[in-house]
Amino acid sequence: MKLQKATQFALYSILELALDPERQLSAGDIAEKYGISNNHLAKVLRVLGRAGLVESTRGVGGGYRFSGNARRTTLLAIIEMFEDIGAQSSDGGDQSVRTDIGRSLHPVLNEIEQIARATLDSITIETLVSQIKRNAGRGNETGRAGHRLAATSAK
Amino acid sequence: MSSRSPAQRNVGVRPAAAIRIRPLMPRDHRAIVALDAAITGISKARYWRELFADYGRRRSTRFFFVAEEGARLVGFVAGEIRAWEFGSVPCGWVLAIEVDTNRRLRRIGTMLLQAIVDSFKKAEVRKLRTMLARDDLLNLRFFRSQGMMAGPFIQLEKDMV
Repeated sequence: MKLQKATQFALYSILELALDPERQLSAGDIAEKYGISNNHLAKVLRVLGRAGLVESTRGVGGGYRFSGNARRTTLLAIIEMFEDIGAQSSDGGDQSVRTDIGRSLHPVLNEIEQIARATLDSITIETLVSQIKRNAGRGNETGRAGHRLAATSAK
Repeated sequence: MSSRSPAQRNVGVRPAAAIRIRPLMPRDHRAIVALDAAITGISKARYWRELFADYGRRRSTRFFFVAEEGARLVGFVAGEIRAWEFGSVPCGWVLAIEVDTNRRLRRIGTMLLQAIVDSFKKAEVRKLRTMLARDDLLNLRFFRSQGMMAGPFIQLEKDMV
């Protein structure tokens, strides 16, 4: 699944901050760790802030921290703040859908979309944070786990 | 901005005080049928009766545990060892796991799953599997929280007309 850059930045940021909700990180810290644009990340963090998932503190020692409910927030909820998953294959107004080929092809595309949505909607931030910590506990420090996550998600 | 700390906001799990996990006993039949009917909205007394009878005959490959709070049955898990379906190595298959809706978020489901996982492991099975509806987010999120992911098998079906 190819996600837009903003969506990927949002997922990395939320997971990085949710690893330790008491910790504050600057946009620069996160941007540097994941090798992403500071300006682009700042825009993403503003969207997440408006949704109540992160909160910022100004001044010395300030930064962003996770302020959402990790048990209730799913990957799908975050992704849908930035893009519409699978909108293309569910377009009922498309003339091609009503052709013989379309009637056979679109159920397959919809199947893929539904599985993807179910997967993303079944994984909460708490679940993924637990998994990251378990992986880190198997011999990798948190930073390395974060980089591995970034590499995997970007595929 | 919320006045609560991040730690406070993420509180939601109460420990399962005085919960006991034990193997199924014949007297549990009625309580399990009632709990399942309350949760699913469908009474399946015959299905459970047959499952219990089969459990009794196949103790080495079928496992059934219940959670009790005092004398009250508040949850159960059922599973079996399956092997060699389309090349699958032996796996522990969870057939059902249910917890009283008034007692959720107390890790009772986690305790039940751990009990059946321990039994599967004693039988030298190393893979845990189950099958869920795509829109059953409650159970999907529970199993995901236990570290389960999509496996290498795909479920297929069709209407037989």
